Amino acid sequence: MATAIKDGTKVWQRRERGAQFATWAVYLVGVAIFVYCWDLISERTIWAFALDAPAQAADLAARMVPPDWNSIHGLWRPIWDTLNIATLGTVMAIVVALPIAYCAAQNTTPSTAFVRPLALFLIVSSRSINSLIWALMLVTIIGPGVLAGILSIGLRSIGFCAKLLYEAIEEIDESQVEAVRATGASGAQVTAYGIVPQVLPAFAGISVFRWDINIRESTVLGLVGAGGIGLPLNSAITTLAWTQVSLILLVIIATVVVSEWVSAKVRHAII
Amino acid sequence: MSIASAPHRHWKKPPLIKSAWLRWSLGLGAAIYLALAFGTTEINWTRVWEGIPRGAKFFAAFFPPDFVTRWSEIAEGIAESLWMTVVATVIGIALSIPVGIGAARNIAPAPIYYICRGILAVSRSFQEIILAIFFVKLFGFGPFAGVVTLAFATIGFYGKLLAEDIEDMDPAQAEAVRSTGAGWLQWLNYGVQPQVMPRMIGLGLYRFDINFRESAVVGIVGGGGIGATLNTAFDRYEFDSAAAILLFIIAIVMAVEYSSGYLRRWVQ
Repeated sequence: MATAIKDGTKVWQRRERGAQFATWAVYLVGVAIFVYCWDLISERTIWAFALDAPAQAADLAARMVPPDWNSIHGLWRPIWDTLNIATLGTVMAIVVALPIAYCAAQNTTPSTAFVRPLALFLIVSSRSINSLIWALMLVTIIGPGVLAGILSIGLRSIGFCAKLLYEAIEEIDESQVEAVRATGASGAQVTAYGIVPQVLPAFAGISVFRWDINIRESTVLGLVGAGGIGLPLNSAITTLAWTQVSLILLVIIATVVVSEWVSAKVRHAII
Repeated sequence: MSIASAPHRHWKKPPLIKSAWLRWSLGLGAAIYLALAFGTTEINWTRVWEGIPRGAKFFAAFFPPDFVTRWSEIAEGIAESLWMTVVATVIGIALSIPVGIGAARNIAPAPIYYICRGILAVSRSFQEIILAIFFVKLFGFGPFAGVVTLAFATIGFYGKLLAEDIEDMDPAQAEAVRSTGAGWLQWLNYGVQPQVMPRMIGLGLYRFDINFRESAVVGIVGGGGIGATLNTAFDRYEFDSAAAILLFIIAIVMAVEYSSGYLRRWVQ
C-alpha cells in the first residue's frame, strides 16, 4: 500500500511515489499538447467575430420564429426523396456488403492470404470517408440529384454493414456448421443451412440500425447537391429565409425521431 | 409396421418471421414501396452517362495521386484538422463530464437529471454539418467554428455513454467509500471514477477517431481543416490532388484506429 510520511505519521495515498510522478508527467504532456494546438487555432481566429456570437445568436433566433408553416407544401417531395435516398442506399449497401463480409470473416473466407486483406481494406476505406465527401465526389462525377445521394449513402454504409456482419459471422457456433457438414451437405448447403440461420437476426438488426443512421445522414446530403431535404435547407440559408430554415430544421428533427422510433421497435421485435 | 406407413414429409427451414400473415404483408409492402420509390425518383441518365468518363478519370487519378502540386495546402489542411481534433476532443470531454454526471439517474437529483438529459438530446439530434453551418454563421469562418461544432457533438456522444456507465456501476463500492465519511467530491473521485475510468478512456480515444473523420467534413461549410482543401480540389476538378487528400484521410483514420485499439488494450 502506498503511504506518505506527514507530520511523523503514515498517511494513505492512492499511488506510489514513482507512479504518482509518472501520472503527473502524462498530464503535463497532455496539457502541453492541448495548449499548443489551442494557440495555433487561436492565431487563425478573428476573436472580434467570435466574441459577438451571443448577440448574433440572439439576432438569428429572433429571425427564425415563427416558422413559416406555409412553405411546408414544398417540402413533401424533398422528404420523400430523403427517405428514398436512405432506404435505397441501405439496400444497395447490404447487397454489396454480404459478399465482402463473407470474404472478410476468418472462418468463411476463401483465402486468408489474398482475399481477406483486400476485403478488410475495402471495409476500412468505405468507413473512413464520410457520406458527405462521397456525395461531393459523386456530384462532380455523375451530376447533382437523388442518384448521387443514394450511391454516396450506399458506399459509406458498405463498410459499416460489412464490418458488423463479418464480426457476427466470426462469432457463430461452429458445432452447428459441423453438424450440417456431417450430413453430407455441399459447401453452398453448409452456408445456407449452417451459417445463414445463425447470422440472420444480427443481419436484420444491422440493416435497420444502419437505415436509422442513414436517415440522419441523408438529411444533409442536399447541402452539396445530392438531393433530399438538404437542398431546400441550403437554398433557404443562402437566401437568408430564416423562418423557412427553422421549419426545415423542425421537419428534420421530426423525421429523425420517427425513424429512431421505428428502428427501435423493429430491432426490439427481432432480437 | 405402423412406422413405415407414416406419410412421407419433407423438412422445411423455419422462416425468420413466424407469422405467415406478417411475412407476406411485409414482403408486399416492400415491393409496393420499391416500385413507388423507383417510379418517382428522377434520374438524369444522360448526365450520368456523360459523367462516366469523368469518373474513369477520377479513378485513374489514384494511380498515382498528386501529392506535390498542392502539397503546402494539403499539409496545412491536415495539420489544422489534427489541431481541431485535439482541442475539440479535450474541450468536449471536459464539458461532457459534468453533463454526464448530471444525467446519471442514480446520482443526480431529478431537476438536474432532466436538464442534463435535455442537453444531451439536443446535442445528439442534429448532424455535425448542420451545427457547423450555424456555428460558422455565429463565430465566423475558420477552425474555431469547427472546434465548437465538434466539441458540441462530443458532449452528446460522450456524456450519454458516461451517464449510462455511471448508472451501471456497482453501488456497493461507492457505498463503501461513502461509509468512510468521504465528502461528495471524494466520493466521486474514489468511489465512482475508478469504476468508469477504463471504459471512458477507450471511448475518448474512439471519439478522437470520430472527430478526426468529422473534421474533414466541417470544412466543406467553412469550418476549417482538410475539408476546405478537399472541396476546393473538387471544385477545380483537380482529381489527382483530391485522391491524395482522400488517401491521407484513410491513412490517418487507419493509424488512429490501430493505435487507439492498442492503447485501449494497454489501459484495460
